[in-house]
Amino acid sequence: MPLSLVPSHKKIHPPEEFSSEAGAYQLLPFRFVPLDSKKYVLSNFVGEYCVVEREILQALISKTLRPDSAAYSLLKSRHFFFDVGESSALHLLATKYRTKQTPLAEFTSLHMIVPTLRCNTSCVYCQVSHKGAAAGSCDMTEAAADRAIDFMFRSPSSHLKLEFQGGEPLLNFEMVQYIIESTRQREQQTGRKVSIIICSNLSLISDQILQFCEKHDVQFSTSLDGPCDLHNQNRPSAEFDSYDRTRIGITRVREALGICGVSALMTTTQASLSRPKEIVDEYVGQGFKSLFLRPINPYGFATKAGVLTRYSTLEWMEFYKTALDYIIDLNLRGIHIREEYAALLLRRMLTPYGTGFVDLQSPAGIGISAILFNHDGNVYASDEGRMLAEMGDPHFRLGNLLHDSYEDMMLSDVLIETLTQTMTEGVPGCSDCGFQAYCGSDPVRHYRLQGDIVGNKPTSEFCQRHMALFRHIIGLLEGGGTAANVLKGWIY
Amino acid sequence: MLLSDRTTTRWNEPPFVVRVTTDASRPSPLRSNEALLVKDRALQCPSGFKMYFSLDDSPVTCSNDARVAALPSTLSYVQDGDIVIVRPMTGGLRVMYRKSSHHNSLMVTPACNNLCVMCSQPPQKADDEVFRLVWDAIPLMDIDTPELVLSGGEPTLLGHRLAQLIRRLKSYLPSTSLHVLTNGRQLKFLRFAQDIAGVGHSDIMLGIPLYSDVSHEHDFVVQARGAFDETVHGILNLARCGLRVELRVVITKINFEWLPRISRFISRNFPFVSNVAFMGLEPVGLAKGNLRDVWIDPADYGTLLEEAVQELKWHRIPVSVYNHQLCTISPTLWDVSHQSISDWKNVFLSECAGCGVRHRCCGFFASGTEVHSRAIKPLASCD
Repeated sequence: MPLSLVPSHKKIHPPEEFSSEAGAYQLLPFRFVPLDSKKYVLSNFVGEYCVVEREILQALISKTLRPDSAAYSLLKSRHFFFDVGESSALHLLATKYRTKQTPLAEFTSLHMIVPTLRCNTSCVYCQVSHKGAAAGSCDMTEAAADRAIDFMFRSPSSHLKLEFQGGEPLLNFEMVQYIIESTRQREQQTGRKVSIIICSNLSLISDQILQFCEKHDVQFSTSLDGPCDLHNQNRPSAEFDSYDRTRIGITRVREALGICGVSALMTTTQASLSRPKEIVDEYVGQGFKSLFLRPINPYGFATKAGVLTRYSTLEWMEFYKTALDYIIDLNLRGIHIREEYAALLLRRMLTPYGTGFVDLQSPAGIGISAILFNHDGNVYASDEGRMLAEMGDPHFRLGNLLHDSYEDMMLSDVLIETLTQTMTEGVPGCSDCGFQAYCGSDPVRHYRLQGDIVGNKPTSEFCQRHMALFRHIIGLLEGGGTAANVLKGWIY
Repeated sequence: MLLSDRTTTRWNEPPFVVRVTTDASRPSPLRSNEALLVKDRALQCPSGFKMYFSLDDSPVTCSNDARVAALPSTLSYVQDGDIVIVRPMTGGLRVMYRKSSHHNSLMVTPACNNLCVMCSQPPQKADDEVFRLVWDAIPLMDIDTPELVLSGGEPTLLGHRLAQLIRRLKSYLPSTSLHVLTNGRQLKFLRFAQDIAGVGHSDIMLGIPLYSDVSHEHDFVVQARGAFDETVHGILNLARCGLRVELRVVITKINFEWLPRISRFISRNFPFVSNVAFMGLEPVGLAKGNLRDVWIDPADYGTLLEEAVQELKWHRIPVSVYNHQLCTISPTLWDVSHQSISDWKNVFLSECAGCGVRHRCCGFFASGTEVHSRAIKPLASCD
């Protein structure tokens, strides 16, 4: 093994002796996008970014960046270039790229099952065209359920997740029970572990259900849209006070399953826009440590009722920014609550890890990150694909549990074709975007709104909203100070 | 406390190691590797010991061919089970290992391929004898030794002998945790890292210094071009082999402004490390000679250190602060601050007399009491 030269003891050699000559560096791939009128966000394919003035960007590209400047060290540290003769930067980049892409190798993690399409609330934005609680033909059969479980255990994922969607799953709790018991049994046989979540409005929660959930380690996810009047306006029920039932349900779940037994998310309607602080306060008041501020999805009743068209991306961003500012302010005053979408984007910006959020993957997460089994046995590449089918367009249907094999469905033309077309690395409008490393493809949304799975980015509300989100969050981080510190505290 | 001194006696023999005992009736088979510390000069010394230490210059009563040397009073603290290097030609004595200490550090080679501007133990030319003495000493160490540090110089310059040494430690001291202080440059050879991993030591960690997040700055601090590139390869290879890594950032006047970005770099590139240690300077060796260029008052980098520690905490990477007196750092850092200075070179100042948190404080390097922070002052107890 060769020994390196032992340096002489005589004197300290000056820093210049350890710098490359000016301009003797090699650029690494990166993209850039304006942050504001003066600054640019530079980012690379592993998600490291720098915000610099235009002059620095020009100097970087023209290789006139001075080795003794702060920008030189900043950009070199984040692997925008490397000094000629060094190879560690490439190895670090390769390691980070593998790390970031790990979710791809994990394959399908989230498996959604719709045990019934029946529901007892009539949400204004309902994405699946709710059926009345009595409509019997909307329930899943045991045969279909068995096949769904078989399907799930075909996935190589080390983090299998089973989520009951609706309708209201508790209206067919027998089937939910059947699937959970079968799944837990299968776990024993295979030595694998599945986390199980029921998405429910909690109106039907009972001691019997809670005992079952405690025994089988099941958690809940619910919807909470804000204070009583807003919640009931968005999520009315003909049978009961929707807000009251949810509030009581949350308390009962927590008492039985612990504080982490239930999480909540909200959907923004026109009526929500003027009430960001009240919505956040509702979450704080109910003891939640996190909330997820979501814009409305363009499916189902959301479009029929015209709710979707009643606010613009710009209006939603104003709502979001106000809420986020308020949340940060609460944190600074000792009330710890985080906004989950910001937390997701921050993880993408500030950590080397990939995140499995279905709507922000490249290629798209449909099928390979999440998949949905409908009550009738139909398999959809995503929850949104099912919503679209309920509206009459089965484009994203991969097959049926009772008639088609795992291979047929996972290798179906519609899935393969969609995946090959949704790698943002090559998609027009995305390939050279400075935020690409943080974004992803939502082919179902673009298909629905623009009639094309790739979509036209300049007119895409998805693109506009995400560009605005990235700019806003990077702006907050760049602003430094206590607000940036609050956000950095959300990455884990 | 001194670890080395000289005896007046000389004779012609290569250096060797002995384990100290005060028990004149040790079982005979043990005596050949032991030195009897003779306290009662009136007694005729029992035969069979490798050598005999007297506690002053008066001769002890021994057979004529026995090795006898006076133990200087500076080293008279040695106790049963301690191990001493004896250099008969020069009279040199060095306490290599103390059974009662938790800070036993074994220098396995004096040679190094870096020449850090703040090195506390300036490298010397390679000397195989240093390695041989450590090798011989291992079977003499107490099997309950909690921890050993392998340091240098640069241990990896031993080549494949390093893995052999670790294997020997694993054999004789199976429950002793090992901390190998290396610059990691030679570990750029994957085979070398695999060699060490191949030993299968169950409790080993490699402590690797990182002084900047970019090569030209790190290379300047270690005064060796190409060092950063090799160290990074080394760290990645260790991770690949499943070996645990601690990154050690010694804070100097040169790099104190870089601390937050060093943390950022670590969280992004080395999130797998077991610990990151921010270390105060030990003002001996080259650090003493280069004091004007390397010394910085901790009071002048408090905020930067807090930022650097916080960055790692956000990323859930374990972090420690070593060698910083509690009064020189923000109380927010006390929970990660350790009593890190080895007992034999650890002292306090007269100012510390009435301090209420002295029992938690790392104190000072005995060598570094002249240069200390302007922030030094006794604090109120917080219990």
